[in-house]
Amino acid sequence: MIRYLSRRLIGVIGVLIAIAAVTFTIFYVLPSDPAAAACGKSCSVERLAAIRAHMGLDQPIWQQFWDFLSGIFTGRTMGSGQYTLHCGFPCLGYSYENSEAVWGLLMDRLPVSASLASGAAVLWLLFGLSAGVTAALRKDTLLDRVLMVGAVGAASLPVYFTSMMLIYGLIRVAGLLPYPQYVALGTDPLHWASNLLLPWLALAILYAAMYARQSRSSMIETMAEPFIRTARAKGLPRRTVVVKHGMRAGMTPILTLFGMDLGGLLAGAVITESLFGLPGIGRLFYGALSTGDQPVVLGVTLLAATFIVVANLAVDLLYAVVDPRVRLR
Amino acid sequence: METTQMTTTAPAPVAVPAGSGPWQLARAELRGRASVKVSLAIIALFALMAAGAPLLSGLGGWAPDAFDKSAVDPYLGGQPIGPLGGISADHWLGVEPVTGRDLFARVVHGAQVSLLIAITATAIVVVAGTAAGIAAGYFGGRTDAVLSRLMDLTMSFPSLIFMIAMMSVAKDVNRIVLMTAVIGLFGWPGIARVVRGQTLSLTHREYVDAARVGGSGPWRILTRDILPGVAGPVIAYTTLIIPGMIATEAALSYLGVGVRPPTPSWGQMIAESANFYDTDPMYFVIPSVCLFLTVLAFTLLGDALRDILDPRGSRR
Repeated sequence: MIRYLSRRLIGVIGVLIAIAAVTFTIFYVLPSDPAAAACGKSCSVERLAAIRAHMGLDQPIWQQFWDFLSGIFTGRTMGSGQYTLHCGFPCLGYSYENSEAVWGLLMDRLPVSASLASGAAVLWLLFGLSAGVTAALRKDTLLDRVLMVGAVGAASLPVYFTSMMLIYGLIRVAGLLPYPQYVALGTDPLHWASNLLLPWLALAILYAAMYARQSRSSMIETMAEPFIRTARAKGLPRRTVVVKHGMRAGMTPILTLFGMDLGGLLAGAVITESLFGLPGIGRLFYGALSTGDQPVVLGVTLLAATFIVVANLAVDLLYAVVDPRVRLR
Repeated sequence: METTQMTTTAPAPVAVPAGSGPWQLARAELRGRASVKVSLAIIALFALMAAGAPLLSGLGGWAPDAFDKSAVDPYLGGQPIGPLGGISADHWLGVEPVTGRDLFARVVHGAQVSLLIAITATAIVVVAGTAAGIAAGYFGGRTDAVLSRLMDLTMSFPSLIFMIAMMSVAKDVNRIVLMTAVIGLFGWPGIARVVRGQTLSLTHREYVDAARVGGSGPWRILTRDILPGVAGPVIAYTTLIIPGMIATEAALSYLGVGVRPPTPSWGQMIAESANFYDTDPMYFVIPSVCLFLTVLAFTLLGDALRDILDPRGSRR
């Protein structure tokens, strides 16, 4: 177990460094000169060079990458003379736009994205899995048909379409819900939930449909396995067979999917956050793109990759708990 | 003597025509499904629309970027004149508010862009993924280790965020080519994993061993013996990833990092129409319905193909 974990952790770090390298190359080598952008239109050559030196852009690219990478773990001192900035432990650099530390920006926005992702996840697991498992157990009945037609339809709706319909139907016409305004969970849990309900629904409809389809086929496959027949033959109650034997094994593919999806959403749902005006990481990212704020773009990408990789690791560890057939080596 | 005669002259089963291989059987089963007929009809409709876009918009009488100020009311903020977003004999699906551009022409040309990008990206993904999967599964060892690590790495990329970022960084290139490449770049590991698993199970079957003993080289074995064996799951999987590709293209265009105006695309039209959804809902409905129907049709077809060609396995 400890050997497995340490091997996997080394792998995680390797993947993250590789992703950082690729991202760094793409966003620092290819695009327009950030120093020129920061300097403005009437910019003297000397001033441009000074800004470039301050940003570290005059260094060779591998040196810049090394500084960036080591800065994440040890912090780094940026610039020189009167413009010296010390950037503490998880140093992801400073935003070109407002000179705030990228790490701080990300941490400010994370609660919003995390609230959105976790609430939606609860809803889509609840509805998606119960629909999928019900359909699998009542395979080829009318109920199965209805559920699956609904699922395939809902899975074909883009999230911005669902969001627009929800905004139009529930806010504009019915006036049932307020237009989302993020309230921190700590401040007012009730308002937190009522404001996020609509974005949760918008995301959950899409994912619930996908999870219903996936869990149905997975459950049908599992329920045909010999160990299910054995469990039945032993005379176990149907509920025990379905929940303890069937679902434990049938949910492993769902778990893989869930790790990926939740990991991806934690680092920001770009479209949903923009549509509902939620100040999460997705919006931060989208805004940073339009202004060419590369440190922020790089920071969000790395954070997203970290979430995905860590979620995958967590899922693999959970396998051993959920599915008795899995042993970690 | 008598028994041998009896076996040689035994009549073929009634329902299955003589000499029907697995592909004929699959086709027969496909033909029997209502969902397949409907989805094929929808796909054919949009494929024709995409292929004949210039012809169709010529028939409608409007180019996709031709302004028609007479179709909008300047005193009502550029609202289309007439009911249902200005649907008339002149403009079959109405017009865009403010500019008066013909929606039929834009939807048809949008279909061209959306389907072209989705299908080309799918082709890239399928070819690259199948090649990588077969190589990893057949050669094993170091090839497998390297390719599998590469698959893991690619799957760890936050793909949508990365696509958005790459699309917005690159500025002076052909948007359609770039978008196809960017979408294709992140899709191949899924299919590679499926193919790798399938190849692993085929590599040591007797008929493959027989081919090897018979002196077939690796290239011949891969193309003649392994490839046909993985074709079923690959076809099913291909159809199932097309909707995702269409949706991704639409999402990127929706976010404004896809194809640039005046080139129309469904995602971009939906994004623009969102500003008018209160006053001109039809403008929002038309591209949305097109997108929805296309994605739905490919999903239904993919479901049916998977049931028939890949009854179990390859589902992760």
